[in-house]
Amino acid sequence: MPGILVYALHYEGAYNKNALGGVSEAARLAGELGTEAHAVVVGEGISDDLAGSLGNFGVSKVHRVEGPEGLAQPVVDAMAQIMEAGGHQYALFGGGLLGFEIGAGLAARLNAGVTMEVTAVHVQDGKLVAERPIIGDSSISMSHYRDRGIIIGRLNAFEAKETGAGPAAVEDVAVEFSPFSSRAKMLQRGEQRGADVNIEDADVLVAGGRGLGKAENFKLAEDLAAAFGGAVAATRAVVDAGWYPYAAQIGQTGKTVAPKLYIAAGISGAIQHKVGMQGSENIVAINKDSNAPIFEFSDLGIIGDLNKILPKLTDAVKAKKAG
Amino acid sequence: LKICVLVKEVPDAAVEKRIDPSTGRMDRSGEKNLNPYDTHAIEAAMQVREGGTVEVDEIVAVTMGPSSAVRALHKAVSLGADRSVHLSDDALAGSDVAATGYALAKTLAAESPDLVLLGQQSDDGECYTIGSVVADHLQMPSLTQVIKMDVMSGPPAQLRCERQAEYGYDTVEIELPAVISVGDAINEPRYPSLKAIMGAKKKPLDTKAVGDVGIEADRVGEAGSKVVCGDFHAPPAKAGGTIIEDEDTNETVEKIVAWLDERKLI
Repeated sequence: MPGILVYALHYEGAYNKNALGGVSEAARLAGELGTEAHAVVVGEGISDDLAGSLGNFGVSKVHRVEGPEGLAQPVVDAMAQIMEAGGHQYALFGGGLLGFEIGAGLAARLNAGVTMEVTAVHVQDGKLVAERPIIGDSSISMSHYRDRGIIIGRLNAFEAKETGAGPAAVEDVAVEFSPFSSRAKMLQRGEQRGADVNIEDADVLVAGGRGLGKAENFKLAEDLAAAFGGAVAATRAVVDAGWYPYAAQIGQTGKTVAPKLYIAAGISGAIQHKVGMQGSENIVAINKDSNAPIFEFSDLGIIGDLNKILPKLTDAVKAKKAG
Repeated sequence: LKICVLVKEVPDAAVEKRIDPSTGRMDRSGEKNLNPYDTHAIEAAMQVREGGTVEVDEIVAVTMGPSSAVRALHKAVSLGADRSVHLSDDALAGSDVAATGYALAKTLAAESPDLVLLGQQSDDGECYTIGSVVADHLQMPSLTQVIKMDVMSGPPAQLRCERQAEYGYDTVEIELPAVISVGDAINEPRYPSLKAIMGAKKKPLDTKAVGDVGIEADRVGEAGSKVVCGDFHAPPAKAGGTIIEDEDTNETVEKIVAWLDERKLI
């Protein structure tokens, strides 16, 4: 009897790292429950190799569905059909925006319980229990499910591990999509806005948020980054506003980084940002709002005006390096 | 075109949020306000109306919550909604995300909207998903985190939406009726005029109970919820960071450099 169905997001022939983390976690939990984990892939012309390769991460079967990519509702149709036919008790998603949408839609469709932003899953009395930080990560809540459970991971909550025995069996599933899920069409996917910058290899990152005040003030962050020999990163808010390139974005729908030093300038520290940088070795935050959540998880917090602090800090770092 | 905007009252940002250990629910006492993310959804509705591509007959603010939630509806009306609907019933207390979405969908279905708008998340529950739950019950296409939305009159009337997802920016064309949750980058909400604030209480407000909109009582509330939350506990304690309040910037910078130097980061 299969126990867990996990969604594996892919793009341009490769799986999303968080999706693979979800696949590994599903396999681990299925092992503990004494059931099987299956994966589902939805896309256009997914190869046998790509589909089957999820077996390396521990699932025993991969359901392959021919359908549109990048939209949640067709995946809801597919997963609901597979779970109804196969009797899967749980659906699991690695961190990511699409997983939030699919999981929530699936909860409605199957009248199931759903928990998002899950950081860990445990087996208790033969059932899954999901751990979720709440209220700005100041408390942890445990979700128990009365019937079917849908578990949506927080970004980077689950680690991808190649613990499987090799390629999994691939089963093609013909899905009849609901009329309403066909009324959304992807016109363009994955548009890169702004320059292609590399932030993942930098030992020092200076990240700017809305607190910089205006696009031109990124110069302050760039000068400081240059003094360190590092790179500049950004929050989603300023990328959406067009102040900085998408390639420099940290967090939920951006990059995950763990530099030696992360300097957050004018960043409040919302969960969606935190999940992409909390692995940094040293976090320094500069913000004029003493209540900013970033001070809860920074190693050094400076409450003050970054317009005054950044230029002087840049000069001091340069002087220190020269000396 | 009829637009419904889902809104929610949340504890004021200045109020410390906590879980009531006896019930396991968010302690919702204390100062309340309209969820700040929802103001972007109301503004988006106003911009559709003012854009003139399609004629907007009505903008209706819809909420679910206790009697105090009326204040959030008044605020929504002061920001531009024409009237409001308040789903309020003791049977709803303790509803989880799925049950709340179901109840809201039933309330919305009674209004037959062409477009349902909501904010990207609530300020208190940190839930990004209610739109997807509502959309599935209403059998409407949906998209979350939308930061640009253009209306095309059609027929059929369509939206062209942009949003950031895992691989960059996506552009999605969606036929109405649809459920769209908007990101906070979509617009800069206007401030209500004094006249609008004063007039808000005079606009029609319908209060609905569970039975009025055909909600099956056993699918909502604590008993109708499929998730049971409990075992609340504090996360592992993390050593607090050093805090410097900047008074003399030269001194502050000296302290930062010393801190960095100690850790061999320069």
